[in-house]
Amino acid sequence: MKRLLLQHIDVPGIDTLSVYREHGGYKALEKALKDMKPDDITEEVKKSGLRGRGGAGFPTGLKWSFLAKPEGVERYLVCNADESEPGTFKDRFLMSKIPHALIEGMIVSSFALGAKTSYIYIRGELLYVYHILEKAIAEAYDAGLLGKNIMGSGYSLDLYVHPGGGAYICGEETALIESLEGKRGNPRIKPPFPAVKGLWQSPTVVNNVETISAVPHIVNMGGDAYAAIGVGKSTGTKLISACGHIKKPGVYEIELGLPVEEFLFSDEYCGGIRNDKKLKAVVAGGSSVPILPGELFLKTANGEPRLMSYESLSDGGFATGTMLGSGGFIVMDEDTSVVKNLWNFTRFYHHESCGQCSPCREGTGWMEKVLHKFLEGHANMNDIDLLWDIQSKIEGKTICPLGEAASWPVASAIRHFRSEFEDYVKNPQKIKDVKHYYRVNNLDPVIN
Amino acid sequence: MPKVTIDNVSIEVPEGTTILQAARMIGGNLVPPAMCYYTKLDTSGGYCRTCIVKVTQGSERDPRPMPKPVVSCRTTVMDGMVVENITNEELVEARKGVVEFLLINHPLDCPVCDQAGECHLQDLSYENGLSKSRYEFKRREFEMHDIGDKIKLHMNRCILCYRCVKVADQVCDGRVHGVINRGDVAEISTYIQNSVDNDFSGNMIDVCPVGALTDKTFRFKSRVWFAKPMDAHRNCDKCCGKVAVWLSGDDILRVTGRKDKYGEVEDWICNDCRFDKKQKSDWVIEGPRNIDRHSVIAQNKYGVLKQLKIDVSKQKQIGEKAHNK
Repeated sequence: MKRLLLQHIDVPGIDTLSVYREHGGYKALEKALKDMKPDDITEEVKKSGLRGRGGAGFPTGLKWSFLAKPEGVERYLVCNADESEPGTFKDRFLMSKIPHALIEGMIVSSFALGAKTSYIYIRGELLYVYHILEKAIAEAYDAGLLGKNIMGSGYSLDLYVHPGGGAYICGEETALIESLEGKRGNPRIKPPFPAVKGLWQSPTVVNNVETISAVPHIVNMGGDAYAAIGVGKSTGTKLISACGHIKKPGVYEIELGLPVEEFLFSDEYCGGIRNDKKLKAVVAGGSSVPILPGELFLKTANGEPRLMSYESLSDGGFATGTMLGSGGFIVMDEDTSVVKNLWNFTRFYHHESCGQCSPCREGTGWMEKVLHKFLEGHANMNDIDLLWDIQSKIEGKTICPLGEAASWPVASAIRHFRSEFEDYVKNPQKIKDVKHYYRVNNLDPVIN
Repeated sequence: MPKVTIDNVSIEVPEGTTILQAARMIGGNLVPPAMCYYTKLDTSGGYCRTCIVKVTQGSERDPRPMPKPVVSCRTTVMDGMVVENITNEELVEARKGVVEFLLINHPLDCPVCDQAGECHLQDLSYENGLSKSRYEFKRREFEMHDIGDKIKLHMNRCILCYRCVKVADQVCDGRVHGVINRGDVAEISTYIQNSVDNDFSGNMIDVCPVGALTDKTFRFKSRVWFAKPMDAHRNCDKCCGKVAVWLSGDDILRVTGRKDKYGEVEDWICNDCRFDKKQKSDWVIEGPRNIDRHSVIAQNKYGVLKQLKIDVSKQKQIGEKAHNK
């Protein structure tokens, strides 16, 4: 078991600066400021193969190298702490337990990018984490780790935490930038990309909390050593927030490339399915990635065992694969209704659509209403095809990826669990009788 | 100058031209419809998604196709770009989907709507829509609002193109007008029922592609195709004074900007010209205005009398199909 981010999670008082420094904290900052040039750090991050932990998995070093660096123009680093994907709660955990890990990462990354001002945009609902971060930043300022002339190196940085108003869409980088500027959190039309024109029309890099927190470890151990962890192009460790019908839900740090079966069933991690029931389906990376039936999740279509890595999980494309996403690992046992779960997801996307572009604004609501018909027992067979048609007309036609996030779960649920939709159509009366949880195979209520 | 090929027609255009503008330079059927883009308004466009096109070759240097359909109104052309619009079946299907989305919550109250006859959504749904709606739920409803004493906001009809927001932002000063709420309950609104008190606020009516913002001095007076549009001008110290007046006999029913065939005005006009100068003596009439659009007003039964040519082949097909069923 290799732990980097959560190495000292059990140390009491690790959220304070003194304890964090006792356990090797801010060593990377010292090394970066004294022994390295900004470009060296970018080079190490490139070597490490670190990929964005927010969901898309874009190589971080490459993203940093795209940052436009015109003379005399401010550059910004923004940390995306607007974690609101249903099923994902890793950043919240990391920030509230070890706030200095993020702050150290922010300082090192800002130094690498040449930013003089950096922001942490935190989700509005996480106000208690905001206070934790504020306290930690105040500690860092007092210790001379932030502000003017950090550690006598001549480099100065101001770091601000900005709580959002609580909108899922503000996790999209351009909407986040708009919101940070004090405007309505609507995604911008790209291009121009934030690397060229971002915050206040200046070049900006937006990175996830986990990505930034991993940077000090790369500086400490070197890019090559970091790249040695993991498998193939999925390097390093990843935080997985496991929830659903498992024995031990929680946030786990895994080495990428861990077999899925081990993660799901070993006592070290999830510990198997709750009440020793059978595995039905898994949403592997937060609500927006395609849902997979249990057998297809444990083994790929070719019969190879699946690994917890970017490549292995997306093996087979969307037909038989899924995505690692942001690491929101939702497990469903045999008693779960995929249709009802899907309605819940779709209701979320309907609620969170910003209303800017028409396919998402109108389509998400339409899908929710059609799915509600299934739950009410009014649906007919044509509605399954209608749902498929609506999602296909949203996907890829919207300004930001929220449209895709809304349509992928619908597409995958119909693709893998069509019989269950048909079951709902054929047995409308039973659905009415059994309001809450029910066994979908024979529609019997479950006692526990 | 970059050369772009749209639906197998090539054209050289100035640097920085968007695909939509290039298509409009070519003209004809291959021009993508645009509901939210407005040449005169900065940062407009990109919201309605009706103008999506498929880029099958990014440029001469980098010939990779773009993975998703792009909005032609906000994508600038590159040298050697190849674009497919109506020649791409998938794209036509995708556009039908967008039109369906725009229509599911639209009240379709054209018979009582002042915009009927010059409504872009009508044209769009006639060309790209389905004859029957697959939406079977209650359409969303809003209350009607007055924006000032001259403009009526009928939010049910709105397709959230953001054009009026951009007018309020860029043409009027002292903005109190914007979008509140989000998702499918987002609505155009003013700051706590404030009226939009500005000399140029009336231009919101001209830019509105549907009947959401209407002229209260013209509401329910006449169907637009019964009025005669004439070019007219007057000396105005606030605006250019060049307008189109819509006559019924000798009465001026309404005054609007001079719109081209894409519904875009030549110049903004002020509220004095639009709302208050309703006497024929206020204006110097230049002559009949040819409405270069394919809607009913373009039949143009005044001025130069010309043979009416109505293409009924489409209706015939639908009729025959229904008959043979």
